Amino acid sequence: MTNSPMVSAVEIHKSFGSNEVLKGINLEVNKGEVLCLIGPSGSGKSTFLRCINHLEKIDSGRLSVDGAIIGYREHNGKLYELKPSEAAKQRSGIGMVFQRFNLFPHMTALDNVTSGMIRVQSIDKDTATKEGMALLDRVGLSEKANHYPAHLSGGQQQRVAIARALAMKPKLMLFDEPTSALDPELVGEVLDVMKGLAQSGMTMLVVTHEMGFAKEVADSVIFMDNGVVVESGKPSDVLNNPQHERTKSFLSKVI
Amino acid sequence: MLLSPSRLMAQPAKTSIKAVPLRHPFRWAAALYFVVLAAAFLLDAFHRSAYDWKSFRKYIFEARVFKAAGVTLSLTIISMFLAILLGIVLAVMRRSPNPVFRNVSWVFIWIFRGTPVYVQLVFWGLLSTIYHSFFIGIPDIHFGHFYLGVHFPISQTASLYWLAIIGLSLNEAAYMAEIVRAGLLSVDTGQEEAAESLGMSWWTTMRFIVIPQAMRIIIPPTGNEIISMLKTTSLVTAVPLVTDLYARTRNISDEIYNPIPLLMVACTWYLFFTTILMFVQYFVEKRFARGHSPLSGVQS
Repeated sequence: MTNSPMVSAVEIHKSFGSNEVLKGINLEVNKGEVLCLIGPSGSGKSTFLRCINHLEKIDSGRLSVDGAIIGYREHNGKLYELKPSEAAKQRSGIGMVFQRFNLFPHMTALDNVTSGMIRVQSIDKDTATKEGMALLDRVGLSEKANHYPAHLSGGQQQRVAIARALAMKPKLMLFDEPTSALDPELVGEVLDVMKGLAQSGMTMLVVTHEMGFAKEVADSVIFMDNGVVVESGKPSDVLNNPQHERTKSFLSKVI
Repeated sequence: MLLSPSRLMAQPAKTSIKAVPLRHPFRWAAALYFVVLAAAFLLDAFHRSAYDWKSFRKYIFEARVFKAAGVTLSLTIISMFLAILLGIVLAVMRRSPNPVFRNVSWVFIWIFRGTPVYVQLVFWGLLSTIYHSFFIGIPDIHFGHFYLGVHFPISQTASLYWLAIIGLSLNEAAYMAEIVRAGLLSVDTGQEEAAESLGMSWWTTMRFIVIPQAMRIIIPPTGNEIISMLKTTSLVTAVPLVTDLYARTRNISDEIYNPIPLLMVACTWYLFFTTILMFVQYFVEKRFARGHSPLSGVQS
């Protein structure tokens, strides 16, 4: 299945009560591709990302990652809901980085990174520590290994969060507005880490308002509004030469 | 702005502020008033015959009192230990995705928090009157004399000490469950999402992510509950258990026809224990504040 897409979404619908947030999303992300999701707040891009990691359950449609349907198991054309342990296993292959970092405040940076290796993959502490240090080094924070999150800057916290997600050796990384909660001067260091990750061939889905990053790093860009994909294509096309009125007016406000 | 060297030179040297500090005459007056009041009370008490200080000195470290203080302390520690464990179980059950667990926990809390602990202790004392034995297994199925299970007779002399512990801990567990629940609710949902996205199971998330963070919220009221439990043990006379500090001192006071010095003895011991507990609480709170206080920024 090497040629199958990493993420495949067909007619995804999702409502919160009577509020339909996703109104039929169709998209594919190929292996090694970097896809940026842009659009106004409330357009459903974060919800879609959370659906991929099964933090939200979709109402209808078909969502699969690396050929496996998210949240279900297919057998003889019938879907069976996954057991919590199976769902957890599925999730561990998908890394997620949150807008508000969500680091574990009672653990040091290193313990944050090794927590998944030790508690989920049952890797012994010495090996996990060694790998954790290597990951912290990769995001440029090895000297902060023993610091608690409260004593790191927002940019440093987000870099630790990226290292924590990478520790699970994910095949797909999801970024939910990773720089929106950061002071402007700290955005660059996080984007640099993400850039390096993209260059290493990681498949990435990034919800972002950083148009510069989208232009430079993304293979394709999707503009979402009001629960639908309005426009998609190469960043140079979507960002420099948008076809739809809605995309044009959005871009004129953010750039 | 760039400062030229000459302007840097011109900057005045740093001097500390010299000023007359604000005076607080009322604080001094209030302190004096209460010191005089306390001194007057103590001087008076020292000579007042009803306190019977001679008896106080005689009984404060008397073997029976000493032993009773031990009983009170062990009742407190064992009951509280069981109550905390059961409280955590009940609180986690309240949050379980399983609706059966949620409802069982709710009913337990409803009953044990909704009735007075004194009445519950009387009930536990009457356990052997209500139930003659208790049985683990499948009732009503037997092959001749072979039952699918085991019978435990509840003797008339069932240990009053352990009945008191059961009564105290089940009642306290209902309160602890609510304290733990408040602690669990205080943890940001983003923490669970982050743990889940790493692939942690619900229980691993609870055990390693949510509960440790909830502890910071749970510990101060729990310290309060332990101190409260220490004093609630004086109600075990309802079971009736009469070996604890309060029952024993009352018992002794019948010998000397004066309850007052023995009440002072009991109060002194209760205060001694609560003082120790307050110290312990201070250090435990510091331990669980990791990552939250400026002093704990770097792991040593």
